[in-house]
Amino acid sequence: MANVETTAQSGKRPSKVPDNYPIIRVRDIWVSFSDHPVLKGLDLDVKRGEILGFVGASGGGKSVLMRSIIGLVKKQKGTIEVFGRDLDQLSEEELQAIERRWGVLFQHGALFSSLTVRQNIQFPLREYLDLSERLMDEIAIAKLEMVGLPAFVAEKYPSQLSGGMIKRAALARSLVLDPEIVFLDEPTSGLDPISAGEFDDLIKALQQTLGLTVFMVTHDLDSLHTACDRIAALADGKIIATGPIGDMLKSDHPWLRAYFHGKRAAGRLNGKKA
Amino acid sequence: MAAQAVSLSQKEDAGKLVLAAAGRWISSFAGQAEHLVSEIERKGGKSKSVSIDTTDIEQLDTTGAWLLERMRREFEGRGASAEIIGLDPRYKILLDEVKQTNTGKDSEEPVDENAVVDSLSFLGEMAVGFWKDTREFVQFLGSAVVTVGRVLVRPWTFRFTSIVHHLDRAGFRSVPIIVLILFLIGGILAQQGIFHFRKFGAETYVVDMVGILVLREVGVLITSIMLAGRSGSAYTAELGSMKMREEVDALRVMGRDPMEILILPRLIALIIAVPLLTFIGSMAALFGGLVTAWLYGGFTPEIFTERLRDAISWSTFWVGMIKAPFMGAVIGLVACVEGLRVQGSAESLGEHTTASVVKSIFLVIVLDGAFAIFFASIDW
Repeated sequence: MANVETTAQSGKRPSKVPDNYPIIRVRDIWVSFSDHPVLKGLDLDVKRGEILGFVGASGGGKSVLMRSIIGLVKKQKGTIEVFGRDLDQLSEEELQAIERRWGVLFQHGALFSSLTVRQNIQFPLREYLDLSERLMDEIAIAKLEMVGLPAFVAEKYPSQLSGGMIKRAALARSLVLDPEIVFLDEPTSGLDPISAGEFDDLIKALQQTLGLTVFMVTHDLDSLHTACDRIAALADGKIIATGPIGDMLKSDHPWLRAYFHGKRAAGRLNGKKA
Repeated sequence: MAAQAVSLSQKEDAGKLVLAAAGRWISSFAGQAEHLVSEIERKGGKSKSVSIDTTDIEQLDTTGAWLLERMRREFEGRGASAEIIGLDPRYKILLDEVKQTNTGKDSEEPVDENAVVDSLSFLGEMAVGFWKDTREFVQFLGSAVVTVGRVLVRPWTFRFTSIVHHLDRAGFRSVPIIVLILFLIGGILAQQGIFHFRKFGAETYVVDMVGILVLREVGVLITSIMLAGRSGSAYTAELGSMKMREEVDALRVMGRDPMEILILPRLIALIIAVPLLTFIGSMAALFGGLVTAWLYGGFTPEIFTERLRDAISWSTFWVGMIKAPFMGAVIGLVACVEGLRVQGSAESLGEHTTASVVKSIFLVIVLDGAFAIFFASIDW
């Protein structure tokens, strides 16, 4: 299989699948933990190049879905296709090649605490590519500056950074191989509204610059309004609605009404009208 | 395709250097691309005007864009005018973004290192570190004593349950391993004694040797070293990870003194546990000696106990026992001091756990030496 080789080598195979085919396609996925089902036959499509906001109650399985797509949680049933390929059908090497094409930002950054920010960002480069030290340093600084951090942060350890800086540095690490998809797990949680707003703008800008597809688990209503192209809502183990924010606001579903028209959301909407 | 994924060709055109980049300028091929770029930078020399033609680039990512920009800057740095032309519009934002990076502002210059200065500064740091260690240790000891005083004045704040819990973990659960190890050591001492003393017919003195050695030194030393490795490291790791996750700070803001809640129970548990374990361990070692002497040397248990009674006195026994609580205190103090010094990273936790075990074993030995001098001068 010639194209397997190219995949492993290049990491970015010009795909044969049609452009309008969903970049992530999840069908009938079941996940349960010790007999307690969390995802019950969930279906979801993510389109190429969009920012999908994924909402749902705390503990409702948002992170579980994200983690089962990236292979950290085992599903009991169902299929997950990424880049048009069923992840269950892939060999170890093919899967690794696919993994290089996505980046993940964990909720708390998950920067390696014993490495500096520069070493953290360079980690995927060092593991996957054979580059000169000079180029790796330059790429690390470039990524760092692209996520809006000054260059001197590179020599700091994660424990010396603030929460917002950690998230940005972790984003730089997840973007270092220029992935096609990034998974963000609550990227703005724990940030002040100004930083959170900047982070939303950053995601949007990077999406446009790098042509990213973004899968964002979030609770932040402002992110949903400003950054996301489309929103998928999870309740009771299934997707109850998908669509742009406007559709969500119009929906009659009780959970969606509570989510988007609750006290906190209402304050926001009123503020906007005024 | 794989052979020529990226290419960069050059031609002179009326004093103007035209570099044509083509192919897939992405991180997977960045190694090749960088090679091409430095090749061109090396030979492409004196042109006053350079243009980098990117019309044939199929695919570009941040790394590729940076390499193009780096080449442009290199020529610009040599006084030529350099520009990137013909770029696919969809990559324009990317290149613009990359142009703003690596400008050298805000970056920290790495400090030049000199071997002599380095080793001298290392020595200096060690000395300062040693002084800091000592000071911190004494400070800690002081505040532990103050806390004990406070608890004595207000006995109802004494955390009895917590002490019992730690006594169970550090003391009771160490019994099997300490009994086993000291039993074996007692046996080995007896065997070695019999084997070597036999040559000059002094086998009977084996009992004296085992008795004195075990009760005065071996029992307490082995017990302390085992506990430093078993419980001291656990204390450091526990306190360290609590420190990392701000649990220690949480206690403090709730008006509770970490010293009283976390450290004192652990310390007291060790001060109680070490003497008890020393006693149990010493008995196991004597028993090991007795068994070996019986099976290997032909002493009956009656003869062994008879000789033992003659050989040792109460003072022999007390020398070992008096040392034990001090050993426990040293192990506990070092473990807690190191635990509270843990900084944010996982590596730091490992570092301090290692330091805790190494330092407490070292201090146990030093303290034992000091006691030896003391007991010798009071003729015990």
